[in-house]
Amino acid sequence: MSGSALGKITHGAPWESADALPHAGESGAPRVDHLVVLGLVPAGARVLDIGCGDGSLLALLRDRRGIDGRGIELSREGVNACLARGLSVIQGDADTDLANYPDDAFDVVVLSQTIQATRNPRIVLEHLLRIGRQVIISFPNFGHWRVRSELALRGRMPITEIMPDAWWETPNIHHCTIRDFVGLCRLIGARIEHATALNARGRPMRFSMPWWVWNLFGTQGVFLLRRDGAEGGR
Amino acid sequence: MDTQPDTALRPDPIDEPTRRASERSQALDPKSPVARFGADRPLLMDAGVELAPFQIAYQTAGTLNAARSNAVLICHALTGDQYFAQTHPVTGKAGWWETLVGPGKPIDTDRYFVVCSNVIGSCMGSTGPASIDPATGRPYGLNFPLVTIRDMVRAQAMLLEHLGVQDLFLCIGGSMGGMQVLQWAALYPERVFAAMPIATGPRHSAQNIAFHEVGRQAIMADPAWADGRYLEAGTRPAKGLGVARMGAHITYLSEPALHRKFGRRFQGGSAPTFSFNADFQIESYLRHQGLSFVERFDANAYLYLTRAMDYFDLAEDHGGVLANAFRGTKTRFCVISFTSDWLFPTRESRAIVHALNAAAAPVAFVEVESDKGHDAFLLDEPAMFSAARGFIDAAARARGL
Repeated sequence: MSGSALGKITHGAPWESADALPHAGESGAPRVDHLVVLGLVPAGARVLDIGCGDGSLLALLRDRRGIDGRGIELSREGVNACLARGLSVIQGDADTDLANYPDDAFDVVVLSQTIQATRNPRIVLEHLLRIGRQVIISFPNFGHWRVRSELALRGRMPITEIMPDAWWETPNIHHCTIRDFVGLCRLIGARIEHATALNARGRPMRFSMPWWVWNLFGTQGVFLLRRDGAEGGR
Repeated sequence: MDTQPDTALRPDPIDEPTRRASERSQALDPKSPVARFGADRPLLMDAGVELAPFQIAYQTAGTLNAARSNAVLICHALTGDQYFAQTHPVTGKAGWWETLVGPGKPIDTDRYFVVCSNVIGSCMGSTGPASIDPATGRPYGLNFPLVTIRDMVRAQAMLLEHLGVQDLFLCIGGSMGGMQVLQWAALYPERVFAAMPIATGPRHSAQNIAFHEVGRQAIMADPAWADGRYLEAGTRPAKGLGVARMGAHITYLSEPALHRKFGRRFQGGSAPTFSFNADFQIESYLRHQGLSFVERFDANAYLYLTRAMDYFDLAEDHGGVLANAFRGTKTRFCVISFTSDWLFPTRESRAIVHALNAAAAPVAFVEVESDKGHDAFLLDEPAMFSAARGFIDAAARARGL
């Protein structure tokens, strides 16, 4: 990639207002990365959240955006927490269950911090683009300077806040950098409508930065994708 | 445990007359309220028969609210009955779903009006093959029309109308009860607010039909079955029905559960007797299951209800596409399966979930970790209870209950 893919990105992304929002982890407050997603999801949309955990994002989207939400979650504890919130969540697996959803079943499909843990990220991403008119996807950036320095200077697999597990127990089997991900998007014909990186505090980085800055200083990449050839306007 | 040979399944001769009396009385004169439908309100059956008159025996718990919005229908399984939270009139056992239903339980009888009816074709007070055919004055026997899951649901709908219930807050059931739940959602979608099909499938598999056929042949091979006219002949196909139950009971359990409970342990000793006595605990247990079942169930009813399950194929009823059964539904679903259930394995529940997804229906799905096999849905499974409580409470909030 020569920077052109990110260079095409529309400026003035909707999550810029997230700067005024509270920190992640504050009691009762929504996570900042959830607020970033909130800024991207239109009111009343049909949303599928894959790897939805305890359903906090779906509940946030339902309460603030009036969405019709569905979820997929691997753990029974997560599914039970979702049930108690009144969410329609099925116990399942992104690698095996997405094939069963019809085309264009959702306005927005969200895959948060999960693609690097799937067995086949390319097939998963292709399913996301097939099932949803838009795809919001976030992942830890393996190109972050701390990751690079761990490898380059200490010669060790990095352990960071967003990648807390040792190499022999991590569920993350397909790490990628922001630049790698852009490469996959081009390979499978996914149009990048918006993209940003979140800094170490989980906040969106300033938009005018060139791609290599994101790839170096972003801890997470957040992308809004659409299948190439799919209708652009809502 | 015995000194005499103990090789064949043998009903206790002393209990035989009382047993016969008690079962007959439950089929014809049950210890339950009964809704009677006369010639003006026949049951339109899939077999093309208009059944009239007929009756439905049922039990209720809780109170219907003024808005009539808090009704729950519990659908019982193959050999279940309406005594979901009441002492069984024949066995004296507690209600079969008291783990799930009662004051403060996930199905809270302080909040909901709960109804459970004996399915049409059964033998606990609803019209079935043991009932008297008004045309002949004799028991129907095999002259009773073949029953389908849809017939059961139609009869339940008539009962609910009789009780003044227009629509259900919740329809819930396991196994054959789960088939009824799916059929309710497909047949009367606007009358089911929330549905919980548990340990069930969208159709009966070839393997399950095969097991049922073995059971039916065991009954029919018993000379006492008398071509289905045993009630008039004064005989009882107790051995055939007992063997049918023994075979079926294995399918309700799992290998790990059997091993945990019985292993290869000997009954009343530590060595084989070199005979066909019930040496192993598992043999003794199965014989007990077979014999105690015979006390409370009618052999012909067993033939009819197993057949009803065999015929169930919801996709086939909707052009071969299961999703069509739920097209446009507003009902919210919660599907539950159990990891060790090999009679209705998780993939059957997933087929339901996928169809509901394809129909854009709101659906939740939980696979409960359990080694107790198919019968787990009747047992103390905290993971099932917490899922049920979460789903039902949220549905109640959505309905303003």
